[in-house]
Amino acid sequence: MSAVRVLVGTRKGAFILTAEGRRESWDVAGPLFGGWEIYHVNGSPADPDRLYASQSNGWFGQVIQRSDDGGASWEPVGNDFAYEGEPGTHLYYDGSSRPWKFTRVWNLAPAADDPDTVYAGVQDAALFRTTDGGHTWHELAGVRGHDSAARWAPGAGGLCLHTILTNPQDPARMLVAISSAGVLSTTDAGASWALATKGLRSDFLPEPEAEIGHCVHKLASHPSRPDVVFMQKHWDVMRSDDGGGSWREISGNLPSDFGFAVDVHAHEPDTVYVVPITSDELHYPPDGRLRVYRSRAGGDDWEPLTEGLPQTDCYVNVLRDAMAVDRMDPCGVYVGTTGGQVYVSPDAGDHWTPIVRDLPAVLSVEVQTLP
Amino acid sequence: MTAMDAAERTAGTVRLRIVMPHQLRALARVTGEVAVEAAAPVTVRTALDALEAAHPALVGTIRKRDTGQRRAMIRIYAAGEDLSNAPVDTLLPAIVTSGHEPLQLVGAIAGG
Repeated sequence: MSAVRVLVGTRKGAFILTAEGRRESWDVAGPLFGGWEIYHVNGSPADPDRLYASQSNGWFGQVIQRSDDGGASWEPVGNDFAYEGEPGTHLYYDGSSRPWKFTRVWNLAPAADDPDTVYAGVQDAALFRTTDGGHTWHELAGVRGHDSAARWAPGAGGLCLHTILTNPQDPARMLVAISSAGVLSTTDAGASWALATKGLRSDFLPEPEAEIGHCVHKLASHPSRPDVVFMQKHWDVMRSDDGGGSWREISGNLPSDFGFAVDVHAHEPDTVYVVPITSDELHYPPDGRLRVYRSRAGGDDWEPLTEGLPQTDCYVNVLRDAMAVDRMDPCGVYVGTTGGQVYVSPDAGDHWTPIVRDLPAVLSVEVQTLP
Repeated sequence: MTAMDAAERTAGTVRLRIVMPHQLRALARVTGEVAVEAAAPVTVRTALDALEAAHPALVGTIRKRDTGQRRAMIRIYAAGEDLSNAPVDTLLPAIVTSGHEPLQLVGAIAGG
């Protein structure tokens, strides 16, 4: 493994940051798709030169871009995300019912074994799949067809399906997370879905332990141990040891258990990272200090990682898709901020340095580890 | 409408000039105006159909995929006339279908 390619989505375009294995000297390419919101750029595990980007804005809607050469050139592919059948309704903020309406693609998850197969999580919450490299998209309608769907209501960012957790050991198993409905799981490749919210508690709900209504912000798991799933929820960091069947809180000694991002070390399945944020009203780090927290025990016991991160007057946010890890040894950890910085730690979080400081607000960070 | 205008607008195809916002030009990989062929008589709808046929990357970016409606923050002007809310079967004026002036697609000023 000799190089990394960091795929950065921002409010005003995409950027590709590349470095050799030491991750010291960086090349910055971009902006790609300047002026557009790039919610997510992701690469195929089966073919690292195959990239997909979700490009959208309020004027011109959704575009999906595809690259077959590692980001050197791009082609728009299909952007027809049509819900199956009659869309039905979901709850709105004010308690009224509104028809499902497609707005944008939040997340693109290429399949492990086929560069032409990609899952897309969209707003209003639904899961789509392409098997022809992005030209056509078809809804896996079982998600939105769940019995509870008419009672789902949006979080502040909208009713978005933002996380797609595929299981590398069993492609028929998958988890998706929706703000602010919760988590659903499938064991039959998306034909049917069940709620996976047991153990979640949200005090803002009339019934804090209700089946739905939990504002899940992000899920992460280690490829070698897909049944262990970590969650950053609106409040609370949670862990499941049974593939989402039940959850327990692992917030432990975090200074705040509100946050958006969560990820797992590439080689240590019990080493987990989160970025505590003050609160749902104060979307910046506690005390003006950007601290990534690491647990080497799978939760509960957390240590702050601060070396090289701003420890005074820092009021940026780290959004749900803006943390990633590479597969180098030692594992690299990457964090993008709403202030436009992308930080890298080439030593699993011990030391950090900015790759770039002045990008538009970072929406997403993914890393490819290249041979 | 003069008799000559009417004849131009009902026979054969016309060559339309279309001006688009920067971001749509980038998406379609064109610079400056584009020219597209459209069958006469040309309406708002058929002009956009012709544009999308010539530049498929634009499908869904000017009109919504699900309803076919103009996106709220795109305005359509022809010869200084705002056709944004005109019926989509409104004929384009002769000065546009004759190529003397472009059809203009304008992104609303909306900050950000």
